[in-house]
Amino acid sequence: MDVSILLLSLLIGAVVTYFSGDKLASKVALLFSLGALVISLNVLYLFVNGGNVGILHGWITFPKVSIALYADGLSLAMVLLTTILTPLIIFSSFGTTVTNAKNFYALVLFMAFAMTGTFLAADGLLYYVFWELALIPIYFIALIWGNGDAEKRKKAVLKFFIYTLAGSLFMLVAFAYLYTKAGSFLLQDLYNLNLSTQEQFWIFFAFFLAYAIKIPIIPFHTWQAKVYQKAPTVGTMLLSGIMLKMGLYSIIRWQLPIAPQAAKQYMPILIGLSIAGVIYGSIVALRQKDLKKLLAYSSLAHVGLIAAGCYTLTLDGLSGAVHQMIAHGFVIVGLFFAAEIIYRRYNTRTISELGGIRSQAPKFTSLFMILVLASVALPGTYNFVGEFTVLYSLSQVNIWLAIFGGLTIILGAYYMLKMFQNVMLGETNATVFKEVTIYETITFVFIIALLLFFGLYPKPINDLILPSLNDIFLTINRLK
Amino acid sequence: MNTILAISGLGVFCLIAEIFNLRKLLIPVAILGLIAILGLTISEYDLPSTHFNNMVVVDRFSVSFSSLFIVLTIFLVALSGDYYKEHQSKLSDYVAIKIFLLAGAVAMVSFGNLAMFFIGIEILSISLYVLAASKRLDVKSNEAGMKYFLLGSFASGIILFGICLIYGATGYFNIGEIYQLSEGAGIPIWFPIGLTLIIIGMLFKIAAVPFHFWAPDVYEGAPSLTTATMSTLAKVVAMATLYKLIHGMIPSIPYIFEVVIVVISILSMTVGNIMALRQNNVKRMLAFSGISHAGFMLMALLSFSTAAGTLFYYATAYALAGIASFAVIILVTKSKDNQDIANFNGLGKTNPLMAGILTASLLSMAGIPIFSGFFAKLTLFTQTIESGYLIVVIAGILNSIISVGYYFKLISAMYTKDSTEKQTTPFVYYFVAVIAIALNIAIGLFPNLIMNLLAV
Repeated sequence: MDVSILLLSLLIGAVVTYFSGDKLASKVALLFSLGALVISLNVLYLFVNGGNVGILHGWITFPKVSIALYADGLSLAMVLLTTILTPLIIFSSFGTTVTNAKNFYALVLFMAFAMTGTFLAADGLLYYVFWELALIPIYFIALIWGNGDAEKRKKAVLKFFIYTLAGSLFMLVAFAYLYTKAGSFLLQDLYNLNLSTQEQFWIFFAFFLAYAIKIPIIPFHTWQAKVYQKAPTVGTMLLSGIMLKMGLYSIIRWQLPIAPQAAKQYMPILIGLSIAGVIYGSIVALRQKDLKKLLAYSSLAHVGLIAAGCYTLTLDGLSGAVHQMIAHGFVIVGLFFAAEIIYRRYNTRTISELGGIRSQAPKFTSLFMILVLASVALPGTYNFVGEFTVLYSLSQVNIWLAIFGGLTIILGAYYMLKMFQNVMLGETNATVFKEVTIYETITFVFIIALLLFFGLYPKPINDLILPSLNDIFLTINRLK
Repeated sequence: MNTILAISGLGVFCLIAEIFNLRKLLIPVAILGLIAILGLTISEYDLPSTHFNNMVVVDRFSVSFSSLFIVLTIFLVALSGDYYKEHQSKLSDYVAIKIFLLAGAVAMVSFGNLAMFFIGIEILSISLYVLAASKRLDVKSNEAGMKYFLLGSFASGIILFGICLIYGATGYFNIGEIYQLSEGAGIPIWFPIGLTLIIIGMLFKIAAVPFHFWAPDVYEGAPSLTTATMSTLAKVVAMATLYKLIHGMIPSIPYIFEVVIVVISILSMTVGNIMALRQNNVKRMLAFSGISHAGFMLMALLSFSTAAGTLFYYATAYALAGIASFAVIILVTKSKDNQDIANFNGLGKTNPLMAGILTASLLSMAGIPIFSGFFAKLTLFTQTIESGYLIVVIAGILNSIISVGYYFKLISAMYTKDSTEKQTTPFVYYFVAVIAIALNIAIGLFPNLIMNLLAV
């Protein structure tokens, strides 16, 4: 049993889903994503017991490219995030009718396949291929099944595609350059390169373009809010829950260890940009009228903080970032799901048209409230673990950074609670709000249970990710 | 050698077939014949030989490229059956011309003598002039044929002048001897002048900036199937020939030539892409996209020692994607009087398979993995960086980004707009498009299949 089976199961799942017809597609997709979850848990079990779950095969002889899949704690944590969220996201869509469902769910599974591949690839080119492959399904998901005016949507989605592709193509140049130096794309060979400061700067910069656009870090964020708003909820969940974690993961896995000198040299700028994203995202979120857009900007603020954690180059910063990546993945999916539930009942996401839901749907209100509190990092939730560790690591670099970064919690609490107030509380709404169904509750309860469990007991994840982060930390400082 | 003879024989057969009333058999026989010739060609892969005093040289280069041309011709001939349905009486002429065109193409990659090269390029060009003007009653087609003929023969004249100067400088038409003399000191100044003139002529044929002005008009005016021939087969042939000419006559590219290549490559990519952004006609758009791809292929010449393999891979990827996309374009626009993007509205719903194929081929041209266009660009970029021309690679990257703009204009028209009409699809279009795109993806997944064919 190795990780290639996991990838294959998702790929085969996509194909089978496509051929299963529109009626069965959603169930088949759910089945395969659950299968992938089981396989990934099995892989995790093998890995924890010291088994080797990676593979290395030759692929192209010239230029030398191999199919190298490498699973360490960090990769597996991200893979598990993907394989847990994918069935959850598919399950959350059960309440809506999707036209042309077989294409839709096949694309979702294909995207899960590509994202899992990105987290596992240990060959630069293979990694790049997966990275790009993930872009194609989300383009079509947002373009075809998105909401709002078709022309505007087309523009927003194309902008997103060109932005991300532009960034990644510069990453490709960086890889091509590294290849001419190392004679291979293998991660380990790239780690072992001795690059001059000048070279490191350009490589780092090329990688940065790709990741800053994907994450997004300001000033590369302009595609984000519109795409989040226009994409169907499933697409938004995939984008915010998993896809932007690809960028954060890649910073830790590829960018920092390959060009550590540049990372150290430009650390103030990088952290500054990330923190600026935190403040900017929070302030813009305050002014949003559309629920989904508000969540998009809150996401911008949170990932800014995660990126800042990565760029501190401390072990605490890295581990806090990974914790927060996982926590944010769950909480943002839950929040977008809540927005979707409101939309299903009221057909609007405009905050001013909502309100007075609490008295009609107390159960939904409590679930939503817990998610809101988790997203503002209330102690006891998993988000607190992540954000606190990141803020601590920032304070080690410079106390002011921690103070500005900490604004995310204060401002976050402000705009999230204000949103909650406007959306849920107030005079009872004239339109009837149906209480959440059992299916919807399951999704919520599952997410909340995970957030609370790891909030109180983060040790299992810590044990999983720390050894590999420690390796990366040593590589960054060239101690190994 | 056998390849050229067999192809010419097949062409003659196609002409005669009409007399013996074998019209129904024409296309199947031509395709079977081409497949047999393909087998024959491949069997010569490891048997390098020369014929007629070095007139024809068969080596790995010529065999690989000839096979590619034959495969492309098979696709083009297969499409002819339906495309010329209205002109049954002329079918044999059209098919025969396509096959003669192939003979010229093969001659152009297996010459050992400049005379043979010139014969090849004339056979190819004259066939194309005829095909471009083949819609006799259509003014646009006539205009296209005339334009192509006037400018093309001018380019041929320049090439011929170049050949004469080289003969004057060296006393040989034979490229082997020219190669040896070019290394020695005291080579007269008109040798590089002659070479430059030949290269200019070839740059015209591949439609590189600034010799590209004919391409959009001719592509738009010519019948779609001819446009397909020009943008896939003819472009690839001219590119391979350009490489073979330079590689055959001089041992290494002088620095000043490299600078010129850098400039022309960047110009072609940029001008082609930026102009393509503004087009509303799909054929014109692909004409400009073809100009930019010519720029990409020229980039291969900068890493001269490994250029052949890169070029072959890029050419294959580009031509297969081109064939697949043109199969869809011909299908969609055959009953329309223009080729505007609006014709593709809603194709994603009315014919998802064809829309998917067109999407895949456009993604390949844009250089998105897992399609072979990506690996083509990757090898190209890697090698160009290795030869120290990072600036060209950056230009190439920027252009890849621009190209997404117009390729996706077409893609999103297919999937977001609605259409009411539904048309029947003859089987042959599926056949050609599916096989072409399958081959494209296959060499994308397993680049090893053809990447090393030209390795020594």
